[in-house]
Amino acid sequence: MAETVIMPKLGFDMAEGTLVRWVIGEGQPVAKGAVLAEIETDKATVEVESNFAGIVAKHLVAEKDVVPVNTPIAIITQPGEALVKTPLEDAGGGGGKPEASHKEQGSRAVQTEAAQKQEISSQAAAPVKAGGPVKASPIARRLASEKGIDLSAINGSGPGGRVVRRDVESYQPPQAAPAAAPASTLAVTPPRAEPGLAPATAAQPGVERPLSKLRNAIARRMVEAKQQTPHFYITRDYDMAALMALRKQLNGLLPENEKISVNDFIVKAVAMTLKQFPNLNASFAGSQILQHAHINIGVAVAVENGLLTVVCRDADQQGLRQIAVEVKNMAGKAREGKVRPEDIEGSTFSISNLGMYEVEQFAAIINPPEAAILAVGAVQEVPVVRKASGESPAQLVIGTRMKATISVDHRVSDGAEAAQFLQALAGWLENPLKLVL
Amino acid sequence: MEKSVYLEMFYQMVVIRRLEDAAAQLYQQGKIGGFLHLYIGQEAVSTGLISPRKPQDRVITAYRDHGVAINCGLSSNEVMAELLGKATGCTKGKGGSMHMADVKKNFWGGHAIVGAHLPLAAGLALGDQYQGSDGVTICMFGDGATNIGYFHEGVNLSKVWKLPVLWVCENNLYGMGTTVERASAVSEIRQKAEGYGIPNERVDGMDILAVRRASAKALDYVRAGSGPYFLEIITYRFRGHSMGDPERYRQAEEVKCWQEENDPIGFYHKHLVDNGIASADELAALDRKAAQEIAEAVRFAESSPEPAPEALWEHIYTE
Amino acid sequence: MPRITMREAISQALWEEMERDPKVFILGEEVGVWGGTYAVTKGFYDHFGEKRVKDTPIAEAAIIGAAIGAAMTGQRPVAELMTINFAFSAMDHIVNEAAKLHYMFAGQFVLPMVIRAVGGGGRQLGATHSQTPDAVFAHFPGLKVVSPGTPEDAKGLLKAAIRSDDPVLFIEHATMYQVRGEVPDGDFVIPIGKSKVQRPGKDVTIVTYSKGLEISLKAAEVLAKEGIEVEIVDLRSLRPLDMEPVIESFKKTNRAVIVEEGWKSYGVGSEVAARIYEQAFDYVDAPVKRVAQKEVPLPYNRTLEQLALPQIADVIQAVKEVL
Repeated sequence: MAETVIMPKLGFDMAEGTLVRWVIGEGQPVAKGAVLAEIETDKATVEVESNFAGIVAKHLVAEKDVVPVNTPIAIITQPGEALVKTPLEDAGGGGGKPEASHKEQGSRAVQTEAAQKQEISSQAAAPVKAGGPVKASPIARRLASEKGIDLSAINGSGPGGRVVRRDVESYQPPQAAPAAAPASTLAVTPPRAEPGLAPATAAQPGVERPLSKLRNAIARRMVEAKQQTPHFYITRDYDMAALMALRKQLNGLLPENEKISVNDFIVKAVAMTLKQFPNLNASFAGSQILQHAHINIGVAVAVENGLLTVVCRDADQQGLRQIAVEVKNMAGKAREGKVRPEDIEGSTFSISNLGMYEVEQFAAIINPPEAAILAVGAVQEVPVVRKASGESPAQLVIGTRMKATISVDHRVSDGAEAAQFLQALAGWLENPLKLVL
Repeated sequence: MEKSVYLEMFYQMVVIRRLEDAAAQLYQQGKIGGFLHLYIGQEAVSTGLISPRKPQDRVITAYRDHGVAINCGLSSNEVMAELLGKATGCTKGKGGSMHMADVKKNFWGGHAIVGAHLPLAAGLALGDQYQGSDGVTICMFGDGATNIGYFHEGVNLSKVWKLPVLWVCENNLYGMGTTVERASAVSEIRQKAEGYGIPNERVDGMDILAVRRASAKALDYVRAGSGPYFLEIITYRFRGHSMGDPERYRQAEEVKCWQEENDPIGFYHKHLVDNGIASADELAALDRKAAQEIAEAVRFAESSPEPAPEALWEHIYTE
Repeated sequence: MPRITMREAISQALWEEMERDPKVFILGEEVGVWGGTYAVTKGFYDHFGEKRVKDTPIAEAAIIGAAIGAAMTGQRPVAELMTINFAFSAMDHIVNEAAKLHYMFAGQFVLPMVIRAVGGGGRQLGATHSQTPDAVFAHFPGLKVVSPGTPEDAKGLLKAAIRSDDPVLFIEHATMYQVRGEVPDGDFVIPIGKSKVQRPGKDVTIVTYSKGLEISLKAAEVLAKEGIEVEIVDLRSLRPLDMEPVIESFKKTNRAVIVEEGWKSYGVGSEVAARIYEQAFDYVDAPVKRVAQKEVPLPYNRTLEQLALPQIADVIQAVKEVL
């Protein structure tokens, strides 16, 4: 029997996905569990595995099509089985992929517009209307097309310069002579543009890059986060000397793929601190604050054209080595665009670390619905005033220091609590042996 | 009264009971759409009421109309087919459960807007009066309808114009889930007729013979040209207001009590046997016949064709 | 041809139809002894008697409901609503009964009835007694809605309505009873559902009906002096709506102004404009304009009331805007 493969729902809030690539082509055999296609969701590119064995009889959507969840995307038949038309196909005109046709139309429209722009800019001699398509009434359009007249060549006499019927009817095409002009006037400023006001882009148009799914999702979520969450920020300095020394020691004992990064220490330290501060491992939920049962630390990973947060689950209960291996794996997959939804969902507190770029400190935007995010700078050797103690006076020494800034949702917590959190964090980072125990 | 009349009334009641039972099942199977209001428990009201009518007497009722349709002489086939929305239904699948009618049988419809058919009934009676016919319009409605303005406009007009209409309030004690006492200023609905100077009577609707007697008397009165008459018939609906009624407004014991001690069919059965009018065997045979008739009606309805798509555009206007 | 008023035309139609067909009778508030609040049925009671000219209680649901019932028995009632504003009290019976019964009971019930209702503003009667809700009623399939703009049409269309086997809402404009026009002698019928060109022209199509026709004709006179020739199409029936003459005219002029007295939102103009765009898009040379009542409940004060109602000047301006 023919089986229908649908656009799977890969996460609670997934409404649609882009079919990036068909891995198995039409007519090819497919085993159960084999990767059939790659799909891009809001958050990641995911491989879709076939639930059926058989032959991929038909792709119902094309690559790059955006289709809603549950839409049939392929039909898998048994060898020798004839492909029966699906009701969706019977519905005619691309009924099987309504979204797809929209998108096609959309991109075609964009193309046409772009082509038009190009056309306009390359024939600057014609009396070009300032920007946009030519305004003309429907009957003027029809008559112009019947008579083979270029609407953009006509000066409209209707309201707002609209080309109306009488304009088309009274239009006299210009004599042949001026036709030679275009090439020489190419560089000339368009006639209606006022000198000095023409934007730079008019002379040298910028590149339009469509938003990727991921970029789009980041854009949407960050606007939401920054506009709807009242952030406040607190920065603290940490003495990292002991931690750096311990790390060096430990890594000397570990194989290459298990080596522990500074960030892995921070993940563990933050997780342990959060156990003391359940209010920061929480979400603002309208009439209440939801304190999460698990401590899942999100680690921001830069990927092409964006960033993803991979999730280290129950980090408070994991050993440093486990954390190191897991984060490394997930980050690698994220960079290849191959993470699974569960790798990137469900974080309760995030860490963003730009230390590798020698950033001293920065403030991050909260990753909703979390209540806080920790922005971590580079571990640097800096001059430090060692306080006077007993006999010895205050002294300027070389310290190994790191700055971290916490951004907190003010609806959930206040400055004092966040400051205490940073202080408690120092208790872990500055006594790193506790993290290994 | 002839024995055949007694038996015919009994037969109609069991046909209605079995039709409604079958409808409930079909509804649960998803074969009947929309609302379904069952007449179970109230069979004696319309059966007794309509039994003495003359062919020229019109009947018009509210949305609980399947039983009334049967009493007016519609076949169980066309009633069942209408419930299933089939082309062979009495209103060709256009009306459904709440909108059955057959003009040839002088049945002027189930009407689904509460109380709105009362002014229509006045108009039907006005037509008869205008034409000099001696027909009476029997207009049935629930207790709930007596609280809406249409009731008062229609009843008032009937008295002002002395229209030949018999108003029949089927008081089943609840307007949907609201008791009469909680919704009506007077719990004896007939008092409202009193207010319009219309002669009236309160009748036990579980006793079909009492209903028939009251109906015959009232029809004679109206037919004589004396103007409208008003009957309040007390009855009880054994099932919910419609399918899916959670029935939070009444106790299960209350329903059980009515079913066991006041079933109009059981009551009538006992009367017929006790008075030697019919034997239990005879009545059992009638019940079997009714069961057969309904089984056949279900078969007929299920195998009937759907309305043709063109029917969508039929009967919007006469021309 | 004699020139008579709209009132006389309507009165004649009723009288002649009652003489012609004994099934026709009138019911409504003050239609009998009083002679009709707009004096349309003056003299009817004395001539036709109580049986055929029935005074009713002030009970609109009963009036329309009884008319429906009587129509179902084969009579041809003409129910008069003193004003269309009172139709809301009978909305259930107009919408849920009159417009539905024929269809819902698969053609078994036939409703040869007319509801006459007086509508329109401009008489300082305040917000509740001045409405022009014609479009509301035209929304419902199953009901026919007719509203004449000339005495001739009033007489011919009312006769057609009385003879129709479908329920017809016949809307008369309260300020037009005195309008005079030529009306042919004797019996004639104008079919329901036919629009009519009331003034030929070539530059702009004005689509209108009822009171809108009156002001559009006056605007046309003014515009003609400036050399602008408008063509006026009178819808006469809002349902069924006959677009043929409208589209024919529009294909010639490529411009349209729709004039109605009701509110603009969701109104007759909205419907006609949409149909023009649907049926003649490639002939559009300017956006279709609507002239209608301002979106306010009609105030009592005369100046304010006239500000709210569409005026001749509004029509002239709209025509110039589409030119």
